[in-house]
Amino acid sequence: MTPILEVKNLNRRFGGLKAVSDVSFAVTENQIKAVIGPNGAGKTTLFNLISGALPVDSGQVLFQGKPLQGRQPWQIATAGIARTYQNIKLFPGMTALENVMIGRHSRTRSGFIAGMLNLPRTWKEERDIREESMALLELLEIAELADSEAISLAFGQQRAVEFARALAAEPNLLLLDEPAAGLNMQETAEVARLISKIRERKITVLLVEHDMSLVMDISDEIVVLSFGQKIAEDVPTAIQQNPEVIKIYLGDGDDA
Amino acid sequence: MKRYLPLFVLLALVVLVQLVTSWTHTTYYLTQLTMSAYYSLVIIGLCLLMGYAGQISLGHAGFFAIGGYLSATLTTHNLVTYQDHTLIVLLKKSGCLVAGQDLYGGQLLVVQPWVACLVAVGVTVLIAFLIGGPVLKLKGHYLAMATLGFGTIVYRVVLANRLFGEADGISSVPPFPLLPGVAVSGGFGARVSNYYIAWGLVLIFMILLINLINSRVGRALRAIHGSEEAANAMGVNTAGYKLKIFMLSAGVAALAGVFLTHYNGGIGPSEAGVMKSVRYVAIVAVGGMASIWGALSMGVVLNFLSLRGVFGSYDDAVFGVILIVIMLFAPEGLLRLKLFTRLKKLRGGGQ
Repeated sequence: MTPILEVKNLNRRFGGLKAVSDVSFAVTENQIKAVIGPNGAGKTTLFNLISGALPVDSGQVLFQGKPLQGRQPWQIATAGIARTYQNIKLFPGMTALENVMIGRHSRTRSGFIAGMLNLPRTWKEERDIREESMALLELLEIAELADSEAISLAFGQQRAVEFARALAAEPNLLLLDEPAAGLNMQETAEVARLISKIRERKITVLLVEHDMSLVMDISDEIVVLSFGQKIAEDVPTAIQQNPEVIKIYLGDGDDA
Repeated sequence: MKRYLPLFVLLALVVLVQLVTSWTHTTYYLTQLTMSAYYSLVIIGLCLLMGYAGQISLGHAGFFAIGGYLSATLTTHNLVTYQDHTLIVLLKKSGCLVAGQDLYGGQLLVVQPWVACLVAVGVTVLIAFLIGGPVLKLKGHYLAMATLGFGTIVYRVVLANRLFGEADGISSVPPFPLLPGVAVSGGFGARVSNYYIAWGLVLIFMILLINLINSRVGRALRAIHGSEEAANAMGVNTAGYKLKIFMLSAGVAALAGVFLTHYNGGIGPSEAGVMKSVRYVAIVAVGGMASIWGALSMGVVLNFLSLRGVFGSYDDAVFGVILIVIMLFAPEGLLRLKLFTRLKKLRGGGQ
């Protein structure tokens, strides 16, 4: 299997803190891979480095064999990497549907002139964007919320809208930053079901997660980070047995 | 089609007002309505930048003035002394220059108004491109201050430069012949036709901008307003979009400047003043920021009242007060006050 994403000796410091230190791993196509680790292990930083939200200090991120360094987040998104946020970032003043429609941005073309003149191909494209976005809201079973203001929805619903927005980009790789954060057990089960649905669409998933049960259920492989360093990478059953992982999660009285 | 419905209402209103003023022999109102239309053009352009894309500009009077002043200079500055220069000969041959006579029968050689208009708008958009690159990296107060600085520079330049007439500005700007028999000019007989030219231009830009707002680009601009970081992560080239809407908005302001200058037959440094920029921002705010119809209606009403002299010598003060009151009591704009929202609900309408 060819890797869709390769992270090679990635480093990022914040002042004296090594947030991500010499981390390497690969994600193969159509795999669900999880990154776990205690708070402050550098998981979200790792995501920000991959999606271009933060510049890397050294090391490489290769997506479909091509390096992502020096590319803007919008270029990385257009290349086929979509993401969600731990503390949901939906657009205020826009409906749930409009938020999902923004997700189609990287897969559509109409620019300023075409927009102003509302050319036939522009409004056809606009109609397609609307229909495809609506279909995604239906897939996530929140179609009835289409016209509600996104940021006024319940937390779990907002998360679903964010999922739909990310899927609207038809990504090759989907980065999910703690998709179960702040959700109750039932909602977490929903998220697990959703992630499995995503895999059916031939989308590779890399997720950062705290919720151990979710990670163990759905992931094919797990990377464990602690203080910015990779301490283990294996299949879930092996990770559960790994003494070092048990130590950081249970031994030092952390919050897992 | 629903989005164009208000435009038909606007068109009907424009015609109705003209007919009423003609019947009642009060066509002098049309002069101020024509000028208000041009100022409103600046305001709807600024509304797109500020209300939709969330980027403030306190320098829009500067763009308006660059357009107006360039067009005025090009169409009045006598090039007779350079007429043997190869470049001038070439321009003359290509029809970019027009020859004529000044008041005293002397030879006059100036730039053709259409060419002057294109140059004026083109140069303004280029200036917007050049300053927009670095300035639009700033956010909030910092962007406000940087654009304010730009506006101040334009003001000082036109005030200090002899080419731009210093404190007197530029006068005797010729009419701008759009089509045979139709010209932008302040002549008494051209009052009605100019009223329609101005409102025709407003209608055209309302159509274009409303289309833009409802397009993929408009959605991306609103997303930038909401969260630049998230918009970027969704594939929106945020820096590029901000620059483009800034240039578009500046170009519209410059076009309004060109037309109003030919209509008035001149332009003075007060058009470039900082208070003018504040006024434009205040009117966009009163209109409800992200509401192009609010911006247009407030633009017409407030400019009309101001031009009629209703605010007397407190003119600038009135707009300052309006800005403060709106920010304190109705930051969503006057038309979104609870009273109006309730009326809207009664009518059973959404957007």
